[in-house]
Amino acid sequence: MTAAIQCYHACKSFKESVRKTEKAEAGSRDRRAHRRIADFILPSKVTVEAVKDVSFDVKRGEIFGILGPNGSGKSTLIRMISTLLIPDSGTVRVFGKDVVEDRLEVRRYINRVSVEAAFFKRLSATENLEYAARLYGLDPKEGLLKAKAILARLGFPNSKVDVSLENLSRGMQQKVAIARALMTAPVALLLDEPTTGLDPVSKRDVQDFVLDVRNTHDTTVILTTHDMEEADRLCDRIAVIHDGEFVALDTPENLKRQCANGNGHLPNLEEVFFRLTGRSPNEWETEGEDE
Amino acid sequence: MNDMKPGSVVGYMKSGYALVQRNYNLIKHEMGWEIVNTIYQVVNALTIGFIGVAGPQEGLNERVLFLVSGALLWGFLSILFHEVAESVAWERWEGTIEYSFMAPQPRGVYMFGVCMWAIAYGLVRVVICLTAVTLAFNISLAEANLGGALLTLAASSLAFIGMGLAAAVLPLISPEKGSQATHIFQAVVLLVSGVYYDVAVLPAWVRPLSYISPATYTLRAARAALLEGASVRMLLPDLLALVLLGAILIPVGFWIFSIGENYAMRTGKLKRTG
Repeated sequence: MTAAIQCYHACKSFKESVRKTEKAEAGSRDRRAHRRIADFILPSKVTVEAVKDVSFDVKRGEIFGILGPNGSGKSTLIRMISTLLIPDSGTVRVFGKDVVEDRLEVRRYINRVSVEAAFFKRLSATENLEYAARLYGLDPKEGLLKAKAILARLGFPNSKVDVSLENLSRGMQQKVAIARALMTAPVALLLDEPTTGLDPVSKRDVQDFVLDVRNTHDTTVILTTHDMEEADRLCDRIAVIHDGEFVALDTPENLKRQCANGNGHLPNLEEVFFRLTGRSPNEWETEGEDE
Repeated sequence: MNDMKPGSVVGYMKSGYALVQRNYNLIKHEMGWEIVNTIYQVVNALTIGFIGVAGPQEGLNERVLFLVSGALLWGFLSILFHEVAESVAWERWEGTIEYSFMAPQPRGVYMFGVCMWAIAYGLVRVVICLTAVTLAFNISLAEANLGGALLTLAASSLAFIGMGLAAAVLPLISPEKGSQATHIFQAVVLLVSGVYYDVAVLPAWVRPLSYISPATYTLRAARAALLEGASVRMLLPDLLALVLLGAILIPVGFWIFSIGENYAMRTGKLKRTG
């Protein structure tokens, strides 16, 4: 199998505003007042390293999972591969094309489902899908037929296709997002927490469909998820990302073996995850939502 | 892999049409507000027209038409600006901009679609408004060269699109404040272009700005066509000036938008959340 997606030494950092007064409350009342005024006019910035020197290859037809806590850099990595973020350094290539230099060509290969199902919410599923079909240069009728077939496969009721998306549940919106991405028959599919918010049956439908797409179309898939069972079921290899760095990369079985303790008990993927990220299940449940 | 061949003009045209159809669909879902906005534009034009009615009887028709043409053109320019900037702002709010910008089409195609929609929509609104004020003030357009006036609007669209592209960068980098900030562009054009007064009344230090504003030439040519029935041949110098300004402003506007997009892609400002 040849490499479909290559990421070498990719780094990305962002500037975040920080109030100076939060950093230093010491000093006289006048000095603090001056700091507050300075804060108001020009807040100081700190650099946050979202992705630090990440390297990996994804083979053609592979389902490659990226697991990590919120804010660990998963979505930043997906955005760089999607040509939506320019890496600070390093290279990211999709089928040999650089995501910065050959942006337009890379976009012909890929599509993405993000955790937030972004749509024109006043428009119906049909209107949104028609827009997407035209935007991607497809015949709108053909695109719609394809999308509706995918929606039917995902258990989306046909009676809802002409209802404004603002009146549909998050799960239904997510199914439309999946149909929109797959309608363009991408050879590389970037799934950023695609099943978040779906009920167990819908989740299973989506997972089956992803496997089916890979098996029938040889589609390369990068999947980020918080669902360890999903990762275990779908992924050929899994990378665990923590604070912007890959702390492990292997097949699910090998990751479990690496983390096995001496008594011969093979941990499940959740236990592997907690061990590799040095987190407890409590921390996992209570941390913030920002990525 | 999708079917769009790189460099396929027909493919790109179809792709650009996606924006026209999407905006039309959005309007269909907001028809009540569209009617309200159109009434607002008509009321504005009537208010300006009544300033002309308040003067002496002599030259009433010309005076009202002078003011109303300014109001109509200003309405057209405002719609053009608003639609171009709002298209980007709307995508930022909905979070769809990442999806739209990931499509395999050059950014020029996306902006072309947005601008085509803005021109078509602006023209429809101007025609509705012109009809309303013509009936309200009993204005005679018997002498007017309506074709020349429409040609002027078409020629001016190029330059206004260039300005709209530059203005669209503001909501791209700031969804909260960017859309309102585009009004700065409009305010400057309103000040220097003689929308409601002759540019001769401007202070000498402001007047040079009127020479580089496309609205100055548009108003002069449109008024000549409507008030004096000037032929296309007579309008030619202003039309050429508008085309020249368009040829300069479109690449400049696109260049500014590209810089803004690259900045957004370096700093992660395209995303809404997550």
